[in-house]
Amino acid sequence: VALHRAALATDSFAGDGYLKVYVPGPLRSYTKGKAEVEGDGESLRELLADLDSRFPGMRFRMIDEHDGIRQHIRFFVNAELATLNTKISPADEVQIICALSGGRF
Amino acid sequence: MPHSKILVGTKKGAFVIVGNPVRKKWSLHGPILLGNIVYHFVQDPRDHKKMLIAAKAGHLGPTIYRSINGGRTFYEAAKPPAFPAPMKGMMKLTVDHTFWLTPGHESQPGVWFAGTSPQGLFRSEDHGDTWHSVDGFNKNPMRDKWCGDPKDGPPDGARLHSINIDPRNPEHMYVGCSMGGVFETTDGGFHWAPLNKGCVADFLPEKDAEYGHDPHCVRMHPLFPDRLYQQNHCGIYRMDRLKTDWKRIGKNMPKRIGDIGFPMVLHPRDPNICWVFPMDGTEVWPRTSPGGRPAVFTTRDGGKSWSRKSDGLPAQNAWFTVYRQAMTADDRKFVGVYFGTTGGEVYASRDEGNTWRCIARHLPRIHSLEMAT
Repeated sequence: VALHRAALATDSFAGDGYLKVYVPGPLRSYTKGKAEVEGDGESLRELLADLDSRFPGMRFRMIDEHDGIRQHIRFFVNAELATLNTKISPADEVQIICALSGGRF
Repeated sequence: MPHSKILVGTKKGAFVIVGNPVRKKWSLHGPILLGNIVYHFVQDPRDHKKMLIAAKAGHLGPTIYRSINGGRTFYEAAKPPAFPAPMKGMMKLTVDHTFWLTPGHESQPGVWFAGTSPQGLFRSEDHGDTWHSVDGFNKNPMRDKWCGDPKDGPPDGARLHSINIDPRNPEHMYVGCSMGGVFETTDGGFHWAPLNKGCVADFLPEKDAEYGHDPHCVRMHPLFPDRLYQQNHCGIYRMDRLKTDWKRIGKNMPKRIGDIGFPMVLHPRDPNICWVFPMDGTEVWPRTSPGGRPAVFTTRDGGKSWSRKSDGLPAQNAWFTVYRQAMTADDRKFVGVYFGTTGGEVYASRDEGNTWRCIARHLPRIHSLEMAT
């Protein structure tokens, strides 16, 4: 039995100017197992929209229907805790972190 | 004679148990989606190659997985159930998980319904790929009063479950809400009304409350849809429409066992036969088999009398229980009855509950069992 994700339009960019995004284990089924992908956007909100366009369904696993960050997910930009409105630039590193608290399940 | 197939949803993934045609030999297959919390795993009876799984992961939000090839591969739904923006003055709700899946009416291929935690009703018209709010329920001005604040709900979350569609009329449906009660629509979900008269709700201050009840499992008989049964937080009930009040048939259960439990399963042909799995609902509600001696109870006269069926089950020191989706029956001449436990075992009876045998063990906590072909 296999789990298939929708085909990716592209999972990397050819040129520079895209920031690095660290993807935690629970979300790597969306990125074909990649722990790091590139992304685009001027805010975390735009970055997540970009990721969702290339990895369909990924955003809803992290962000609920009212734009709330889910209980066990946190975002860091250059190691600083971020919100959806946090501004980002190509030089930044974004980490998506799954909190240890998710293990209670 | 076909093989028997049981779809198992557990706290740590899904499994399939396949039985030979005489239901004596069983083999376990899986896991599917290992590590995901699987609440419900259901095959489409209108198209057996299509299956849906309601799941979430410990860290991640909820989703629906779909198969269109009989379970060989699963794809994630493009648009899982999600609450719409709230009406003015109503609570802002987010789907914690999809808890219940029901294929639509036979005349509506591709239609499915989903019940969520907190209590919400969703509909898909494309075999579960995209889901839309049933606003007649989710945006009903009474919805928040009916269902209360999710924070006040059961320990694992308030849920909409037991979606029953009248085989005579796809516009006629019942749902159960824990908490909230039983609700009925006769116009395809645009309007809903509570249907709880006669049900005890000893946790509510108001006697004979119109809503706020806690049905655990509501079943409509597939051949006699005017016959409803309910395993409630406060007893076992039956209703024969067009009546509108529930009759507590659980009063006929042995007093030392009581009539508290989660699941209730109906005979596929005889509306007077059903099975329940009682649990200890005394004092602080241990929710274990009463006295550590698990047993199925069955009635063959619509609830006038009940008999204990425990031949083959552990005789003592077994403190599990059975969740509301974790008991099911097949449609063979001698009906097979099956249940999965919170201890990860699956028991099967091929003689309508008279004798039992463990057919799988050491699984994670079992949330659901459903028959498949």
